[in-house]
Amino acid sequence: MLLTVNNLGVRFTTEDGMVDAVNGLDFSLDAGATLGIVGESGSGKSQTALAIMGLLASNGQTTGSIRFKGKELVGAGQRAMNKIRGAHIGMIFQDPMTSLNPYLKISTQMAEVLIRHRGMGKREAVQESIKMLDAVRIPDAKNRVNRYPHEFSGGMRQRVMIAMTLLTRPELLIADEPTTALDVTVQAQILDLLSDLRDEFGVAIIMITHDLGVVADLCDEVLVLYGGQIMEQAQARSLFKGPTHPYTRGLLDSIPSLDSEHQSELVAIPGNPPDLLHLPPGCPFEARCAWRHEPCPTQRPMLVGVEGESHHRRACHAAVAEVRPS
Amino acid sequence: MLSFAFKRLLAAIPTLLVLITLAFFMMRLAPGGPFDLEKPVPPEVRANLDAAYGLDKPLIIQYANYLGDVLQGDLGPSFQYVDYTVNELIAQGFPVSLKLGISAMIVAVLFGSMFGMIAAMRQNTVSDYGVMTVAMTGISIPNFVVAPLLILGFAVGLGWLPAGGWNGGAWQNIVLPVVALALPQVAYVARIMRGSMIEVLRSNYLRTARAKGLPVRQVILRHALKPAFLPVLSYLGPATAGIITGSVVMEQIFSIPGLGRFFVQGALNRDYTLVLGVVIFYGALIIGFNFLVDLLYSVLDPKVRAQ
Repeated sequence: MLLTVNNLGVRFTTEDGMVDAVNGLDFSLDAGATLGIVGESGSGKSQTALAIMGLLASNGQTTGSIRFKGKELVGAGQRAMNKIRGAHIGMIFQDPMTSLNPYLKISTQMAEVLIRHRGMGKREAVQESIKMLDAVRIPDAKNRVNRYPHEFSGGMRQRVMIAMTLLTRPELLIADEPTTALDVTVQAQILDLLSDLRDEFGVAIIMITHDLGVVADLCDEVLVLYGGQIMEQAQARSLFKGPTHPYTRGLLDSIPSLDSEHQSELVAIPGNPPDLLHLPPGCPFEARCAWRHEPCPTQRPMLVGVEGESHHRRACHAAVAEVRPS
Repeated sequence: MLSFAFKRLLAAIPTLLVLITLAFFMMRLAPGGPFDLEKPVPPEVRANLDAAYGLDKPLIIQYANYLGDVLQGDLGPSFQYVDYTVNELIAQGFPVSLKLGISAMIVAVLFGSMFGMIAAMRQNTVSDYGVMTVAMTGISIPNFVVAPLLILGFAVGLGWLPAGGWNGGAWQNIVLPVVALALPQVAYVARIMRGSMIEVLRSNYLRTARAKGLPVRQVILRHALKPAFLPVLSYLGPATAGIITGSVVMEQIFSIPGLGRFFVQGALNRDYTLVLGVVIFYGALIIGFNFLVDLLYSVLDPKVRAQ
């Protein structure tokens, strides 16, 4: 196992009280595999990523265990994390327009990673950076490496971010909604690129997204988060074929389809995401759920395996047969 | 870039012209003249003096003549310091004021930035509140109050430093006036630096820098310092003006033979040309410095440079 996360919790101390952004997450990732983490805003998907990176805001606290290549990351000091971040775990972010430093040349921003983690000289590091920019298909990389971020388009900047993260050949790449801020056509290009690079460099990817299309394109396994908890976890294929959780079902049903003639209205999950300050004692999705049962408001459902399917777990009081579309 | 510099210099001409005109007529509006002494001079002598300095001509002619002289770089003779031209007096006083002003500016930028950075990096802690309280105090108390207090404490009380005088610009003589002069500027710079640093620390690109595993020192020095400093840089223009006006008062309090003293003496004695000369000189200096700041800004910010 490359990454094993056990009972991960992320808690923020705010003026209004404690906010549990992530609650008891368990998952693991093999080398070279791709895990999708899906959920709407506030589901805790980004905080999970930041917790792995050790980059939570200063009022945030991580509990539980994150083991990366056998090394415990929860509670590791900044110095220890600085040896892992950028070297073994890379991260790319949602907004490529603001994620690069506008005051520094691309060459400086890329080269410093290699200088830091590989002890290269500046010249060698820039040469490596140019090679990597070529690999992410940035035309005329040799000249453009000396440009500033504002001279690149959004898609190009995200390519630069990806190239920068891959310089050290990390074992794990965390992509936090890498295509959300981009045009649809550019989105597809970036996803293609990520999938090619995964095969080329053998890097494992955690893809955080609210877009199930992205998951279908790229991921082996999917984690569906809601209110900081896992609702359903499955191989991507079996999740799309037969979702067993009402929330997953809602997400899938809300994807508009071109084939259905009579279904002209857009389907949405009614209600709003939960208030993390006042999470109900039971299932966090209960208030919006169409398959509500008696214990739902008071008893938190356990995450248990779906019978007859390996690698498929769900946290729901309703029976599988009830929820699963026929 | 060059055309930008040229345009800026061209725009300075009307500014200076307005400055000269306003200063000239305001000076003349003030009651009294350079030769109104306690014991009036005989009328014949007075007429001769007026004729010698051109004060007998209509005001508008005097204005035109003065403007013509200024355009040739001649600020005229001083009325009070006989045998001295204003150019000579400025040449004499300016190096002293410059030394004082630049020292104060360096202190303001260095300490202001440092304090602002410390406050930002320890936001909402005791050190942050401490720095900001001191800064607010520094802004609120005018330096003509701070200066006598400093003299009282360090010169009269402890006897560590001289209470006044220049002594050729020895460091002992410089310390107190520079501290008094720089204090409000340190406070302003600290507040600006704190605000911009907090913003930069929250920015996405700083998170990227940390995600790259760079040590904190490198994250701050390479990624945060430059963008956080830009607002401070824009403030340096107004800061120059503040330090110049401050130094007029400080030179008076600490008996420093700089340009500010000439200015105050000139104003009291209705030394028309001297006051005008200093105003024009300082005006040009502030315009020039603002221009320099803009150039520097474009060097530091690649986006401005591209335009």
